[in-house]
Amino acid sequence: MKVFLDHASTTPLRKVAKEALMMGLETAANPSSVHSMGQYTRNLLEDARDSIAKSLDCNRSEVIFNSGGTESDNQAIKGLYWERNKTANRKLIISAKTEHHAVLDTIEWLEKHEDAVPIWIHVDQLGQIDLDQLQKVVETRHEEIALISLMWANNETGVVTDIPRVCAIASEYSIPVHSDAIAACGHMPISFRESGLAAMTVSGHKLGAPIGVAVLIVGRSIKLESLVHGGGQERAMRSGTMNYPLAMAMAAALEEATAELDWREAELGNLRDYLESEVERLIPEVEVTVKGANRLPDNSHMIFPGCQGDSLLFLLDIAGVEVSTGSACQAGVIGPSHVLLAMGKTEDEANGCLRITLGYSSTKADVDKFLSAIVEAYIGAKRAGLSAR
Amino acid sequence: MSGGVDSAVAAARAVEAGHDVVGVHLALSRMPGTLRTGSRGCCTIEDSMDAQRAANKLGIPFYVWDFSERFKQDVVDDFIAEYAAGRTPNPCMRCNERIKFAALLEKSLALGFDAICTGHYASVEYDSQGNPELHRSLEMAKDQSYVLGVLTKDQLQHAIFPLGKTASKELIRAEADQRGLSVAKKPDSYDICFIPEGDTREWLGDHLKAEPGKIVDQEGNELADHDGTIGYTIGQRKGLRIGRPAADGKPRYVLDIRPKEREVVVGPQDALQISELSGERFSWCGVGPDNPEQWREVDCQVRAHGETVPAEMAIIDGQMQIRLNEPLIGVAPGQTAVVYQGTRVLGQTTIDKTLSAQAANV
Repeated sequence: MKVFLDHASTTPLRKVAKEALMMGLETAANPSSVHSMGQYTRNLLEDARDSIAKSLDCNRSEVIFNSGGTESDNQAIKGLYWERNKTANRKLIISAKTEHHAVLDTIEWLEKHEDAVPIWIHVDQLGQIDLDQLQKVVETRHEEIALISLMWANNETGVVTDIPRVCAIASEYSIPVHSDAIAACGHMPISFRESGLAAMTVSGHKLGAPIGVAVLIVGRSIKLESLVHGGGQERAMRSGTMNYPLAMAMAAALEEATAELDWREAELGNLRDYLESEVERLIPEVEVTVKGANRLPDNSHMIFPGCQGDSLLFLLDIAGVEVSTGSACQAGVIGPSHVLLAMGKTEDEANGCLRITLGYSSTKADVDKFLSAIVEAYIGAKRAGLSAR
Repeated sequence: MSGGVDSAVAAARAVEAGHDVVGVHLALSRMPGTLRTGSRGCCTIEDSMDAQRAANKLGIPFYVWDFSERFKQDVVDDFIAEYAAGRTPNPCMRCNERIKFAALLEKSLALGFDAICTGHYASVEYDSQGNPELHRSLEMAKDQSYVLGVLTKDQLQHAIFPLGKTASKELIRAEADQRGLSVAKKPDSYDICFIPEGDTREWLGDHLKAEPGKIVDQEGNELADHDGTIGYTIGQRKGLRIGRPAADGKPRYVLDIRPKEREVVVGPQDALQISELSGERFSWCGVGPDNPEQWREVDCQVRAHGETVPAEMAIIDGQMQIRLNEPLIGVAPGQTAVVYQGTRVLGQTTIDKTLSAQAANV
C-alpha cells in the first residue's frame, strides 16, 4: 500500500467535488444560451460562484473562473502590468525570488518583452520577506511601480507572508497587489475582503477538486487587460464557454476545506510536529528548514545533509512512500530548489531537501510508514552521495 | 534509457529475464532542448519522454537522474582540453568510462542495484573461473565493443548488454515494434550528443580561442598561414589553402598538429601510415594477460567503426606498445587503441605517440 505525503503537488479528489462534477456533467448546455437549459446550467455556474465568494470572503463578481493557477498568475501579473501602463509609465514589478515559476517566469517574460523592471525583495534565511525593504522601495519609487506580486504562503517551505501588511504598505500609494494564494488557501484562514488585495490566485486541485480549474479573484474596482479575447465571458477577462462542472467541483471542494479548516489544520499540525520531532530524533543531523517562521501547519520541509533529494525520493518511492523535494522539475530532473537558494542555502543544501505535505486524507499511519522508511533511505542516499551529480 | 530503440529493447529483455528493473534516463545537459533535431539520439526532453513511455509500456518505474555537472567536467571539458592539446578524443568512450560505468554505477550500487543494463551492441561472457570478458556483438556493423574497451573487470561484473547476441539491428527494431514500443522506428543517432548541429569544428570554434599560426612541412619550412589549429584534423587533405604545390606535385595531408607551437605539419600520404603506437594510460578489459611484458598477437582497432589490423602488443616500461603488422592511416594521439584477441576485448590505451611507417617520428 502506497503512502501519499505529497498533498501540495495535488491532493486526492474530495467526494463532494466528485459528486458536484458528476452532477454538472449530467446536463449539457452552454451557460450563455438563452433557452431554459442554458439558464439551468448558468444557474449551476452561478451557484458555484456564490459558494466560492463565500468561502474566500469576496464579492461574487470578483470570482473569475479559468483553467489553472498558472493561467491565473499570468492573467493577474500581465493584466495589471498592461493596464497600469496604459495611462502612465510604470515599469517596476515588485516580487521575490521565492515565488512559484508561474510568477517568476511571467515577470521575466515581461522584463524581456515589455520593458518591465523587476525588483526582487530580499528574503531572510527563514524565507521571510523583508517588509522594511518593501516599504522603502514603495516609498521611494511608488510612481514607477506597476504592481506587487507576493505569494501568501510558499509552495515549497510553507512560509507565510503577512499579505494584509503588504497591502497596507501598498495602499498608501494605491499600488495594486496580487497574491498567489494557491498554497495558503484551504490551509489557513483567507479573507480577500480584509486582505486589501487587488487580485488573488486560488487553484482547485490543491483543495480536492480535479486538475484544470482555478479562480482569479479580481477586486471590483480593478481593471485588467485580458490575455484571451473572444465572447467576453467572466467580466471579459476570460472569454470562452464556462466550464460549469469543474467550477461546481471546485466550489464544493473549497466549501468543505473551509468548513473543516480549524479542526483539520490543528490535527494536521499536531501530526506534522510529531513527524518532525521523530525525524529529528532518528536523524539528528536533519535540519527542519524554516522552523522559526510562521508557516503552514501541514507542511514540513527538511534538509538531509550529504545526500541528493532525488536519491531519497527514489528510495522512499521504492519503499512505497511518495514525497517530493518541493522544487520544480524539468523533464524529470530535480534541480536545486530556487526557493532555498534565494534563502541563502548552498547548492548542496538546496539539493538535499524533502517536502512532506499532509492533507485531509493523511493519517498517523501514513506518517509512521514514512518514519519507518526514512532512516534506511537516508543511509542509502548518503552512500550514493552528492558527488554523483 | 536514452529514449532510443536499443536501450528500450535492452530493458524489455532484462525484464523478461526476470530481473527487477528500474528505468533510468541520464540528464546530461542542464539546458535540454525541447525536441530532437537531426541525428542526435538523446538529451532532449522529447528523448526523455520517449524513454519514459518505453518504461511505462514495460511496467517498470522510471526516473531521470541528473549527471550534467559530472558530464560537463569529465566528458565535455575533457573533450575541449584534448582538442586544445592537439589530440583527438572519443567522448563516448569517456562517457562510458566516467559516467555510465563509474558515476552512474557507483550511485546505483549505493542505492541497492546490482548491475547497469544498457543497449550497447557487445556482450559480456564469463570464463570457467567466473571472470567477465567483453566480446564483440554478433551484429558487426553495430558492434560497440570498441567504446566499451575502457571498462575494467569490476565494471564488467556489473554490466549487462542484452543486445550482443542479436544478429541485426533490424531484428531489434522488429522486436520493439512487436512489443508495442513507440521508439521502434526512431532513427539511429550518430553525432556527438552535446554538439547540437553535428559540426564538431564549428562547435570547437565557439569553445576554444583560435590562435593563428603556420602550416609547415616535415622539414619545418613555412608553407602558409592558418587561423587556428583546431580547424585541422590528422589525415585532412582538403581546405589546406597552401597555394603552391609540393615539389613532387603530390597532394599533402595533415600529419601532425602542434597547438603549443601553433603549427600544422603537412606532408605526403606515405607519412600518414602508422606502424607503431604507444600509450601510458592503458587498462585491461577483464583479467589481463599473465605476462604482459611478452609480445603477443592481437588485432588493433583505433576508431569506433574502423578497420582492424593484425598487430603485436606488450607492456614495455609501463606503456602499452603496439606494433602494427599492416599500417593504419591517419592515427592521432588522443584516440584510443583497443586490442582484441578474436572477438574478445583484451584492453585499451589512449594513444600518446605514433611512429610512422617511414620511421620518421611525427
